[in-house]
Amino acid sequence: MQRTPLYDRHRALGARFVEFGGWEMPVQYSGILAEHRAVREGVGLFDVSHMGEIEIRGAGAVAAAQELTVNDLGRLRDGEAQYSLLCRPNGGVVDDIMVHRVSDRCVFICVNASNRDKDFQWMRENCRGDAEVIDRSAEYALLALQGPRATAVLGRLTTLPLASIPRFAFRDAEVAGQTARVAHTGYTGEDGWEIYCANAVAGGLWDALLDSGSSDGIAPVGLGARDTLRLEAALPLYGHELDDDTTPLEAGLSWVVRFQKPEFLGREALLRQREAGVARRLIGMVLTEPGIPRQGYSIVMDGQIVGAITSGTKSPTLGKAIGLGYVRPAWTDVGTKLSIDIRGREVSGEVVHLPFYKRQVQGG
Amino acid sequence: MEFPEDLKYSKEHEWVLVEGNTATVGITDYAQDQLGDIVFVELPAIDDKVSKEDAFGVVESVKAVSDIYAPVSGKVLEINDDLPDNPEMLNEDPYGDGWIIKIEMNDPDELKDLMTATEYEEYVAEEKE
Repeated sequence: MQRTPLYDRHRALGARFVEFGGWEMPVQYSGILAEHRAVREGVGLFDVSHMGEIEIRGAGAVAAAQELTVNDLGRLRDGEAQYSLLCRPNGGVVDDIMVHRVSDRCVFICVNASNRDKDFQWMRENCRGDAEVIDRSAEYALLALQGPRATAVLGRLTTLPLASIPRFAFRDAEVAGQTARVAHTGYTGEDGWEIYCANAVAGGLWDALLDSGSSDGIAPVGLGARDTLRLEAALPLYGHELDDDTTPLEAGLSWVVRFQKPEFLGREALLRQREAGVARRLIGMVLTEPGIPRQGYSIVMDGQIVGAITSGTKSPTLGKAIGLGYVRPAWTDVGTKLSIDIRGREVSGEVVHLPFYKRQVQGG
Repeated sequence: MEFPEDLKYSKEHEWVLVEGNTATVGITDYAQDQLGDIVFVELPAIDDKVSKEDAFGVVESVKAVSDIYAPVSGKVLEINDDLPDNPEMLNEDPYGDGWIIKIEMNDPDELKDLMTATEYEEYVAEEKE
């Protein structure tokens, strides 16, 4: 199993570990509920160095990335990022990714740890024109600083004018005296930053961020709370809401797919599906009786199975049992009463608006 | 980590307090620590029959679902009604307010299969390795 450069620090902080995508990662430190609350109310620091980093380089880098991904890189200037997807010609999702336009010759892509090898192969095989695909994952660590206090904590360690960096923009800069790529992105539903850096400086940055955040009650946060945070924000997790047999249109990610682009992998199949309609769609459910939905549980209506749960938990912020899942389009309207088969017992719930949790934007 | 001397322990990390023919059952300090924040509990009904080493209930942490196993066979005399609304009591006081059910035992001889506090402490130490 692989370990991140911060493994010893996690151990010293009392972390409990879990295997994830071939990595031995911290799942919790003080406890998932406390860590979750720290990110919603203050600030949390995550080691997500297991994530992969793949670059497309060359004179044709942007054009190659346009063809490989479903979102429109034409909308990006240098220093801007966008959420996107790699799709197969049949529309199935190879991975969900974050695409950063560094320059007209360099596109920097953050991919899921569990898909890194698959993505790299896929991109290399399908990369056309004057461009090269390079797996740089082994060089990079990634820290995520998330929560309403994140900007204040990071601001003490850099001269970057953080307040003027929009969401989804990124800058290469010094943080605590180390070179890093600072992106105004995250996977928690809170404001925050993701900091890419060389493995060798990750430990120093981690320490500096914890130190800077000590007066803000900063907490190290493991993958357990990362999952509950993203689920409340209804952000998909590959292997749960997304896989090779699921299309973006089914997953409620139509907004990511830019059909205006003349060509990209999956375009024809997705256009056909848009016209024909999807056979199932992602919904959010809240249970109205005691119980917790979990991946694989059947969604039931009038005794018939109409779908399945892909992720579920007891929402720490809302105090309610929430779940994401796929059902036939007929049952996707908000307010639709559906049940979940929990160990042979039908537990009532209903379809709700997504996300389950939306942060209050400052200055509203 | 606490291992009260007056209790008996199962390999599935339940504890048993024996008073006459009644066995009070809960999960151990080690079990609650391993599970993490417990957010849901499913209990049997009073008068339900439980069998040694069969699941009689469920505890769910934020991340995972775990069965609770009966350390002895018998009939459910009492359940801890406060638990469903306060599942965190299993974390906060596993040997006290976090008790789960009381069983009227069929066969007190089954208690012989359970561990003493010292044996259980060793068992946990081995499992941790």
